[in-house]
Amino acid sequence: MTALLSVEDLSIAFGAAEPVVKGVSFSLEQGQTLALVGESGSGKTISCRAILGILPKRARPTGRITLNGRDGKLVLSELSERRMRSVRGNAVSMIFQEPMRSLSPLHRVGNQVIEGLMLHQKVSAAQAKAAALEQFERVGFPDPERAFRAYPFELSGGMRQRAMIAMAMIAKPEVLIADEPTTALDVTTQAQVLGLIKELQKETGTAVILVTHDLGVVANMAETVAVMNKGKVMESGSAELVLRDPAHGYTKKLFAAAPMIPDVAEPAPPLPRDDLILTMKDVSKTYRVRGNSRWKPEMLVHACRGVDLAVTRGKTLAIVGESGSGKTTCARIALGAELPDPGGKVMFRASPDAEPIKVHGMSRADRTRFQRQAQMVFQDPYSSLSPRMRVIDALTEPLEIHGLGARSERRDKAAEMLTWVGLKQEMLFRYPHAFSGGQRQRLSIARALMLDPALLVCDEPTSALDVSVQEQILTLLEDIRDRAGLSYLFISHDLAVVARIADEVAVMRQGLVVEQAPPETLFYNPQHPYTKALIAAQPEPDINRPIDLKLVAHGAGSPDSWPEMYRFTADIVPALTELEPGHKVRCHA
Amino acid sequence: MSRLPDGRYVDDAPYDPDENINRIERADMDAPNWLLVWRKFKRHKLGLISGIFLLFSYLMLPFAGFIAPYTPTERNADHLYAPPQMVKFFHEGEFVGPFVYPRTAIADLENYRWTYETDMTRPMPLQFFCRGEEYRLAGIFKTERHLFCASEGSTIFLLGSDRLGRDVFSRILYGAQLSLTVGLIGITVSFLLGIGFGSIAGYFGGKIDWVIQRTIEILRSLPELPLWLALSAAVPSNWGPVAVFFIISVILGILDWPGLARAVRAKFLSLREEEYVRAAEMMGASSGRVIRRHLLPNFVSHLIASATLSIPAMILGETALSFLGLGLRAPAVSWGVMLNDAQNLASIEIYPWTAIPMLPIIIVVLAFNFLGDGLRDSLDPYED
Repeated sequence: MTALLSVEDLSIAFGAAEPVVKGVSFSLEQGQTLALVGESGSGKTISCRAILGILPKRARPTGRITLNGRDGKLVLSELSERRMRSVRGNAVSMIFQEPMRSLSPLHRVGNQVIEGLMLHQKVSAAQAKAAALEQFERVGFPDPERAFRAYPFELSGGMRQRAMIAMAMIAKPEVLIADEPTTALDVTTQAQVLGLIKELQKETGTAVILVTHDLGVVANMAETVAVMNKGKVMESGSAELVLRDPAHGYTKKLFAAAPMIPDVAEPAPPLPRDDLILTMKDVSKTYRVRGNSRWKPEMLVHACRGVDLAVTRGKTLAIVGESGSGKTTCARIALGAELPDPGGKVMFRASPDAEPIKVHGMSRADRTRFQRQAQMVFQDPYSSLSPRMRVIDALTEPLEIHGLGARSERRDKAAEMLTWVGLKQEMLFRYPHAFSGGQRQRLSIARALMLDPALLVCDEPTSALDVSVQEQILTLLEDIRDRAGLSYLFISHDLAVVARIADEVAVMRQGLVVEQAPPETLFYNPQHPYTKALIAAQPEPDINRPIDLKLVAHGAGSPDSWPEMYRFTADIVPALTELEPGHKVRCHA
Repeated sequence: MSRLPDGRYVDDAPYDPDENINRIERADMDAPNWLLVWRKFKRHKLGLISGIFLLFSYLMLPFAGFIAPYTPTERNADHLYAPPQMVKFFHEGEFVGPFVYPRTAIADLENYRWTYETDMTRPMPLQFFCRGEEYRLAGIFKTERHLFCASEGSTIFLLGSDRLGRDVFSRILYGAQLSLTVGLIGITVSFLLGIGFGSIAGYFGGKIDWVIQRTIEILRSLPELPLWLALSAAVPSNWGPVAVFFIISVILGILDWPGLARAVRAKFLSLREEEYVRAAEMMGASSGRVIRRHLLPNFVSHLIASATLSIPAMILGETALSFLGLGLRAPAVSWGVMLNDAQNLASIEIYPWTAIPMLPIIIVVLAFNFLGDGLRDSLDPYED
């Protein structure tokens, strides 16, 4: 039996440089899913682009790509550009990673979806529209007619990705290439989109190539896997075999690094509350948004509502939530970068016997004092270091701003911090662009440590990194916390990451803390439907534990669909009730 | 490669799971920004050549008097409207080194113009490092040495002479001193204003931004040429040429800054969102420090590129003003002043070389544009 799509000995080089893809082979059977797994720079995306012939101009691919589909045997690697065009979007279509950028903002979603259909098949506009509406309904738009007329910016990320899927599937392709289709989405949305792809696949018999870096996604989706590293296939075979017993060292390493929600035997005791470094009391933040037109009233957006949180000294408090849940606003208020609405209080006590600083109303002197004690680690390692400053300049800058130490002392401190984060002292005189993402995140951490702070606010410090690097950075953060006696306020969207580092977790949804407990308690006995959905949506690299989509859809849906006990509306919000010691849930008790 | 019994494919090249975290990933990127830009710029041939040409042109300015055989006001009353002369090397098949044939002017009273008769029998060799009229080298040292001049009894008008018998070639060299520097002074003024207002508007936003934006819009809505004219006409006519020159370049700068301020503001707005800027703010850096240490260095290269693209506009502005008789005035020499002489259509028709100062203007403006293009293309050295 011949495979539907086979790639043999594919190599891709740019100019005269060392090839970025070396001798890659894989094949895809009818109706099956092949997962291409690897970290950034492993060549997985570019291999997929080679199938569609959409490589950059300078790329020189070699090798053979054949498609054995309904139109007979086609050697894609030898087709003319003209014939290739009739393959793209028709026999083979693609979904891209970034739903925010893969739809044209100037055209209605519906028109973009039917474009491919009109190009490849002789259908009238009315037929195309009917097909699109059907497809929209299929991918889960509640009101297809409205989605057809909508512009991309009117849709959320998840909805856009659904529209992309509709666009890719409408011509009934034989092969669908999905390039990290869910990486930019929240974990609950990810689960739903993955479920959708799987369902559509079952219905239409389309074969899928799924590019991903997440072994959890592989376990949920794929029949066969090819693990790639540095442009080569490290291991390939049936998903079950590879996931159950990885043979190659790299696969093993990926496995070890994949964050998982642990199985917990018993809940943890509540955290001690006697020595708090940071307390937030009744913190709300409301933004005024101008109405759509001059005659519409201003709208109030509640970024966070009545947040009561406290960080125990030496411990880590994690705030978890999807994008827009208000977790970043909380972090900014905690750092004094933004003021809470009147009535909210943020108190910071640098050491047990120190005078507390009122972060919500700091004088200039207070602010300077506070900035020395509380520092931040940012999300994107590529934008958090100025490209014009050498490592030493970036590291010594905080000391320079606060006028601490002589030049040589600053330099010594920088060298010391560099060794703390595991880098060598020679790195001091290099420029940030020479470093990889993980190394830059280390530098960023080193910079935050330069002032010997007591509190570190980490805003998704690992979400832009590869899994294996994420693992290293989390370990580093743990080491440093214990070594320097730091306290962390850790912002994340990923419960599995938080499970590892946090001592207490606050789950946020729509600006409210819905459940708060030590992670063990939370995983042992999740109460709130949203927490349950978050836990259920976490893809685990275990083929026997598929995502429970029903649970996810239920908890991640609108609060109106929750059980009576947990429901909240704009006006009626249940209180955060302590169900057991150290475990608070927002419910009508 | 190998196949496991269960049909799996496994790569069997040696694999080291412990990657060195101290390995430099992009050693080629480990360089200051200017070096990265230079590496990329080097590949932009047209830009590179233009850059070298401009560098030479500017380096030549202090020595213009030395290179020029005549001084700008030196009159040769016997050679009015003399056509360009060729420097020759061979006389009657024999090599004699660089020389010219002497010419005598004859008034053509029928057509009312000057014609020249060349005496092909007497080669007059050029002299090198010879004494000529006195000038100041680099504006400081008085000297009489010229790189080359004609020997007694002959003339060397490489690009002809004008209606007063002054050498066009020498005057172009002297004119370059003013015409080329007017752009530099203008751009300095424009930079100071543009960066200042642009960064204030972009960084602080709000009311200040609004006021600056509206000011820019008002300035931009004024018709440019009449405004130039009005401003230059306001310069008192009894001021010396140097004072007029400064005022003209300042006027050009004042009218140029709004465009730059807008570019700076836009760049600021986007850079302000970068995390390193937020990081600096959270460390407690003052606004001034954030602007100076983090924002400006990160788009100084964009500024340089936009400067190289606006200098030619200033050169053209000066030329236009002087051509209309409202910019620099004689005895100052600039390319625009020289073209002022070429206003008369009839004289261009009979003595086309009086319009030659257009050539250096075209060449310099093109060179600046190519250079600016090349710089702009190589500004993002981190890509590719």
